[in-house]
Amino acid sequence: MRGTAHKYEQNNIDTDVIIPGPYLKIMDPNELAKHAMEGLDKEFVKKVKQDDFVVAGENFGCGSSREHAPIALKHAGISAVLALSFARIFYRNSVDGAHLLPIEIDRDAYENISDKDQLEIDVSKGEVRNITKNRTYKMKPFPELIAKIIAAGGLLNYAP
Amino acid sequence: MTITEKILAKASGRDRVSPEDVVFAKVDKVMLHDVSGPGVMTVFKELEKKGRKIEKLWDPSRVWVAEDHFVPAVDQLAAENIVMVQNFVNRFGIKKHFKYGLGQYGICHTISHEEALVLPGEVYVGGDSHTNTTGAVGAFATGMGHTDVAYVLLNGKIWFKVPKTILFKLEGELPSYLMAKDLILKIIGDHGTDVGNYMAMQFAGSAISKMPMEERFTLTNMTTEAGAKNGIIEPDQKTIGYVKEKTDATFTPVVGDKDAEYTDIHTYEVGKLEPIVAKPYSPANISTARELSNVPIDKAYIGSCTGAKYNDLLEAARIIKGKKAKVRMEVLPAAQSIYMRALKEGLINIFMEAGAVIGPPTCGACCGAHMGVLAKDEVCVSTTNRNFPGRMGHVESKTYLASPKVVAASAITGKITDPRDIR
Repeated sequence: MRGTAHKYEQNNIDTDVIIPGPYLKIMDPNELAKHAMEGLDKEFVKKVKQDDFVVAGENFGCGSSREHAPIALKHAGISAVLALSFARIFYRNSVDGAHLLPIEIDRDAYENISDKDQLEIDVSKGEVRNITKNRTYKMKPFPELIAKIIAAGGLLNYAP
Repeated sequence: MTITEKILAKASGRDRVSPEDVVFAKVDKVMLHDVSGPGVMTVFKELEKKGRKIEKLWDPSRVWVAEDHFVPAVDQLAAENIVMVQNFVNRFGIKKHFKYGLGQYGICHTISHEEALVLPGEVYVGGDSHTNTTGAVGAFATGMGHTDVAYVLLNGKIWFKVPKTILFKLEGELPSYLMAKDLILKIIGDHGTDVGNYMAMQFAGSAISKMPMEERFTLTNMTTEAGAKNGIIEPDQKTIGYVKEKTDATFTPVVGDKDAEYTDIHTYEVGKLEPIVAKPYSPANISTARELSNVPIDKAYIGSCTGAKYNDLLEAARIIKGKKAKVRMEVLPAAQSIYMRALKEGLINIFMEAGAVIGPPTCGACCGAHMGVLAKDEVCVSTTNRNFPGRMGHVESKTYLASPKVVAASAITGKITDPRDIR
């Protein structure tokens, strides 16, 4: 996975800014994608290319259980969110629905990555490579069950 | 083990579980509504496209359906979603469908306790983050997205990481000017919006024992704003009485062991607290109401699963009775049953004489979707649960979260007001 980092140096980026409430009646993922991050950055959708990443601080995705949040990000082009930590429902939704990878990084990586850096993620090695800065960071490994669900392509394809 | 651990141990067929264990637990009840429902249907459609035959749900008698977010139908898209929900109910033979315009209906979390759909000791999964609310009956109640709800509907179980438990001991006598809302805002303000992330938040203490059930639901409801997996209160005689009054169903209450381990214990003397308001744009951004007494408002809102239960309406009505609102005031009872009781008891009259408009039960304005959203720069003091940017309307509108008493007092003065400052 290789793409550009879109960095939001903020904690508690909530689902109301990732996909505002009025759009929750939309089921078409490509329509949802047009409004991804609308409450935070109106230019987001224009900036993002396929397979890019969002980089953010603590408690990313807090707030509602709307699965529309990871769906909107995915269909806007985001393949992974790299954050210091995730709110639990956003994390579950991303993994169980196979929408995107929620990757926990440490503070050193978070502070080192700049907006627009080129990143490459190697989940099997547990590494995030910053091509722009020529640095490699460790990502927090996925717990065993999470890794299995990701490998299966989501919870509905996973047989316990 | 704590109550949460004991419920999850039993549901996963184990003698005991410890925090961080990952278990597949049986689910007793599951809820979907007009936002998570169409999501579930999309998941089912995808599975069918891949060749999977879905003939029945694991147990339709354990499933219930609410219409709350986009009722009354906002536009054609919302109307289509509600038709989809109806078709789903018909197709799978779901009996418990709380339909807008057909008898009892309301906000899913309020319906869950008004109708005693979830019993003490049960595992309850809902397609909405505030599912935590129902944990106040002594159940394990947690919110999930629509993929997880679809999985539960097909399999009757789901994975959980057993949460650690933080215990909040609320001791003493709650003064007449405070409500449970002040307590939970104070807790979130003191400990942050992620203090409960991946954890259970449990409430206990003498103030809880004395607290009416409806107030307890306010505490567990807003554990979601602290990021918690679930909020829970051990069932006592009040809980059992509340549930038994509403249902003949049998249940086995669960309480924690004497030697249960809590990751943290925080104690509050509630008699010393002040009315609390959370400023934009976070439920943790708290001040006392008096510190904000120069903040003018455009609207006073009493609604939502957090702040429009019968007791919420009653307390607000006591403050505003015989007075006039200075700013626009909107009151939306959280369920049809509550609306009818408020009508019968004269509360609706009190609000209307004060100048308020009464609306039907809906999540609409609380999530900024419809039924009274805020314009740019408008300021609202609200009994709801979230005040993120854009939550109740324009991204530059401002929502202050407060108790129904503070909201009613603020409606009278047109500024944020401590209920003690109303004569």
